[in-house]
Amino acid sequence: MTNLIVMPLVIPILVAVLLIFLRNYRYLQRAIVVVTLVAMIVMSVMLLQLVHTEGIQRVDFGGWQPPFGILFVADPFAVLLVVIANAVTLCCMLYAFRSFSPHYERMFAYPLMLMMLAGVNGSFLTGDIFNLFVCFEVMLLASYALIALGGRAEQLRESLKYVIINIVASWLFLVAIAFLYGTIGTLNMAHIAQRVQELGPDPLITTIALFFLVVFALKGGLLLFFWLPGSYSVPPVPIAAMFAALLTKVGIYAIIRTFTLLFTTQPNVTHGLITVMAISTLIAGSLGAIAYRDIRQIAAFNVVIGVGFVLLAVGANNEAAYAGALYYMMHDMVGKAMLFLICGTMIYLTKQERYDDMSGLIHHYPLFGWMFLVVMVALTGMPPFSGFVGKVLMGQGLVASGSYISLAVGFGASVIVLYSLLRVMLHAIFGETMIADEDKVKLPKSMLLPIVALGAMSLYLGASAETLMPYVTDAARVLADSSIYIEAILGK
Amino acid sequence: MRINDVILRTVVRFVVFIILTLAIYLFFAGHYSPGGGFIGGLVIASAFVLLYLTFDIEKVQQGIPVDFKKVAALGVFLAVGTGFGSVLFGADFLTQTAQKFHIPLLGDKELGTVMIFELGVALTVVGVVMTIIVSIAEGDGD
Repeated sequence: MTNLIVMPLVIPILVAVLLIFLRNYRYLQRAIVVVTLVAMIVMSVMLLQLVHTEGIQRVDFGGWQPPFGILFVADPFAVLLVVIANAVTLCCMLYAFRSFSPHYERMFAYPLMLMMLAGVNGSFLTGDIFNLFVCFEVMLLASYALIALGGRAEQLRESLKYVIINIVASWLFLVAIAFLYGTIGTLNMAHIAQRVQELGPDPLITTIALFFLVVFALKGGLLLFFWLPGSYSVPPVPIAAMFAALLTKVGIYAIIRTFTLLFTTQPNVTHGLITVMAISTLIAGSLGAIAYRDIRQIAAFNVVIGVGFVLLAVGANNEAAYAGALYYMMHDMVGKAMLFLICGTMIYLTKQERYDDMSGLIHHYPLFGWMFLVVMVALTGMPPFSGFVGKVLMGQGLVASGSYISLAVGFGASVIVLYSLLRVMLHAIFGETMIADEDKVKLPKSMLLPIVALGAMSLYLGASAETLMPYVTDAARVLADSSIYIEAILGK
Repeated sequence: MRINDVILRTVVRFVVFIILTLAIYLFFAGHYSPGGGFIGGLVIASAFVLLYLTFDIEKVQQGIPVDFKKVAALGVFLAVGTGFGSVLFGADFLTQTAQKFHIPLLGDKELGTVMIFELGVALTVVGVVMTIIVSIAEGDGD
């Protein structure tokens, strides 16, 4: 038992409440947010170390033993994602301090962002399938408010679609949970896993599994991503960056968690279907990424490509592929936040949304131009940045399981990522500048700092793979062998 | 044409107190029988809504000068705070405890920390329901 596990959920909620009372003190709000997030990063790193040395930890709410009570489980997979989620949120918040208007700050933007983070952390850490639903809802309710906050016409249009799609998905989620509870009679994930394994391959369980797959595919943007490019391009830049970095990752996490732990008895149906969906997502995302000239759309379709790539691992279903998927997810959270912040800054600097209307940004903003190169190289997966390690591990996993089609499509999509961003780079960053020195919009250092910080984080994830590898292999081992997880929860 | 609502106004003056009493009863009943913070909070909110319907918004806000958004925030703080309190005592998150007390006039009663949690839930429900209804009624931002 260690209460450290619930802190990533409880602290953002308590601080968000505190900030509601400090509504009119903008600077105090900012200071509290920074202190909180730094403290949370420290705590989640401590938790990671604890899990690494002493194995999977759990905390039973109210002292109710599993499988009866609700519990939070800290396994290396979840905790690594929590660490990165907090770090990325800190960078987005730092950017938000500069780009939010005072009016916006008074409309509870920071409390809502913290609430969303609480939901994201809770979804990663929970060990109870109904609690997963609740944490999803916490995250989604905050995101509904954040997407509509500001009330511009296109925000309302997109938020309506976003809310309706997610309500339908949440309803399906609830129905799927009810089916599962009716069949298995438990909600504790480890207990479900145990009973499903005892039952063996069962058509009813497989049907329920497909229900869950549809739900998480909608939330995570796996094939059913039609809502994603629209909704991710309307909110203010730092919020869109948080969405891109965190929200789809929660859906991906849920797919990986449920299909490595709960529904493992008929992989030819479920895992096969996920592979087909992932490959289709990669192809459709690639088409989208090269079809648009609006840089926000290009960035959004890059998110879709990331989702497809990570979920190729479920089809391969071996330790190397899961290690690659986890590493790539961590990289993708950092990379996508950075890409969205950069694209938002480009729009802020030029007042244009299409990359062929921009030109020669590097002449006025040299460091910013180089940061674009960094994010492009990182997302493509070139060393020494973070995408490389994940892609190599994933490649090994796919080769080991003989999924050569996945391999070809996955790496083909990397080339498309490179192409889609290189076009933007050549047009908007390089080229002749059209703005005279005296007319240029000033790029504040406080806007550049979070971008540089994310770039440094990407470099760190890539260059210090040696230090991170033990944690990642720990996590992959738990994913590849569900008995470790079940043993940790129900064994004691 | 002004609506003649003298009957409504007269009845509401009494009925509001009956509803609030019922809400308090439901709130405390929730410890062992049907009821609790959520239901209690909804009933309290319904009493307020009735006041808003009968009298105009300005008048009610003079009588109950609270920002319902802050009521909701306070409620969440209490509810999460009780969970957090158990952490400070080294128990699992959300652990609740109860103690028997002798209260004059009422006799032996059991008081539990879960009451504070339920109070938080009730305040949150009141705050959220009122915020939603008042914002829709006002029809503009904030």
